[in-house]
Amino acid sequence: MTGPFAWFKWEALFKDWAIFKDGFLTTLTVSILGLALALILGIFFGVLSVSKIKIFKFISRVYVEFIQNTPLVIQAIFLYNGLPLIANIVLPVKTIGVLAVGIYHGAYIAEVVRAGIMSINKGQLEAALSQGFNYWEAMRYIILPQARIVMLPPLTNQAVNLVKNTSVLAMIAGGDLMYRTDSWANEKLYYGPAYVLTGLLYLIICLPLATLAKRLEKVNFNNINRTEDEEMNIGCDKEATA
Amino acid sequence: MIKEVITPVNIKFLLQGFALTLYIAFISIILSTFFGTILGVIKSLSKGILGKLVGIYIEVVRNTPLLLWILVTRFVVQMKAVNAGILAFTIFTTAIIGEIVRGGLNSINKGQWEAALSQGFNTFQTLRYIILPQAFKNMIPALLSQFITVIKDTSFLWAVGIEEVTGKSMILMGYYSKPMQVFTIYIIVALIYFIVNYLLSLIFRAKHEKLTLQGK
Repeated sequence: MTGPFAWFKWEALFKDWAIFKDGFLTTLTVSILGLALALILGIFFGVLSVSKIKIFKFISRVYVEFIQNTPLVIQAIFLYNGLPLIANIVLPVKTIGVLAVGIYHGAYIAEVVRAGIMSINKGQLEAALSQGFNYWEAMRYIILPQARIVMLPPLTNQAVNLVKNTSVLAMIAGGDLMYRTDSWANEKLYYGPAYVLTGLLYLIICLPLATLAKRLEKVNFNNINRTEDEEMNIGCDKEATA
Repeated sequence: MIKEVITPVNIKFLLQGFALTLYIAFISIILSTFFGTILGVIKSLSKGILGKLVGIYIEVVRNTPLLLWILVTRFVVQMKAVNAGILAFTIFTTAIIGEIVRGGLNSINKGQWEAALSQGFNTFQTLRYIILPQAFKNMIPALLSQFITVIKDTSFLWAVGIEEVTGKSMILMGYYSKPMQVFTIYIIVALIYFIVNYLLSLIFRAKHEKLTLQGK
């Protein structure tokens, strides 16, 4: 038996399980920290983008458009190869991973947050401001909690994409799961089992998140339909009473 | 100093790489949109074994990194590097577009189906003339952002040595040692991607607004 999935190849794989576990944990750590950074940047720039002050809006647009329209790979390689040469800044490779996926997905999350804020009635912000909240307080306590329901499904999808995109680390020797798999498979030439195991490990992180996103979307979809129905009912009632 | 970098030869070198980027992206987008639409329709309509299988394909591929599929096609399937790259992108993007199409179809009111069927359209005709045109209109933003992602993500192909524009720029950087020169190359590459993707998003946005206005 010497197919691409021969048993002895699986045995070799499980003997080196520690390598994959290490990569998996790196991917997980970078994902969690990257997501935290992406959320911070996303909320910050998302709120800036709906500001009335033009320069804030402009800064937010530049960040979102520049990051969304250039490849993550270039951004990561720039942090890894470019920064040391140009600015003499040498960062640990895991930090680069966190920064790369955090900044990249922060741009996407900024758009999600912007759309979420726009979905809330303008009167809410005016009411909050008239009650003595300042701009950030109004966002923090009044607008964002209401926008949360709209924002959660796309945010969860972004989290899935972020986890997948940590694989960019493999291109800069980042020690993540994809890097470990690639080097193990290239060394042993046992590609089949390595790729299957890696796929499963990514699924373990991403599938629950993706399922959650879908469920949240369904809840929102039903809610929207229900409010539309209710509005129609209210309309009917009015007609009936008139 | 920077003039040494911005030479016709270097620009041509990079643009050759970008031509390959666009070629791979274009073919992959066409193929994935075609297959993705079919899978999305199957997933949306079939409650049986076929729908389940399509669902498994979509979920497995959507929840694993693109780079994994690039490595799989490169080392497991024996074919020319560029074709293997296109295959990887088609496998990956088909799943994503399949999910977008499924969502788009589900957003169309059931009454549309019933109305079309009652007018004597068969299932295929209803899809082709009634449901899909409306669904595609809703899907344009998601599809657009996916197309731009395909163009950007072709840069992952440098991992298997395909010399698209990212690869070309890395090779070019190897010839220069001064920080400003290397920085210039980064800027040029970023601009090449940025200009094309930004224009694409502007065109699509304008088109989408026109469609939504027509809808009203």
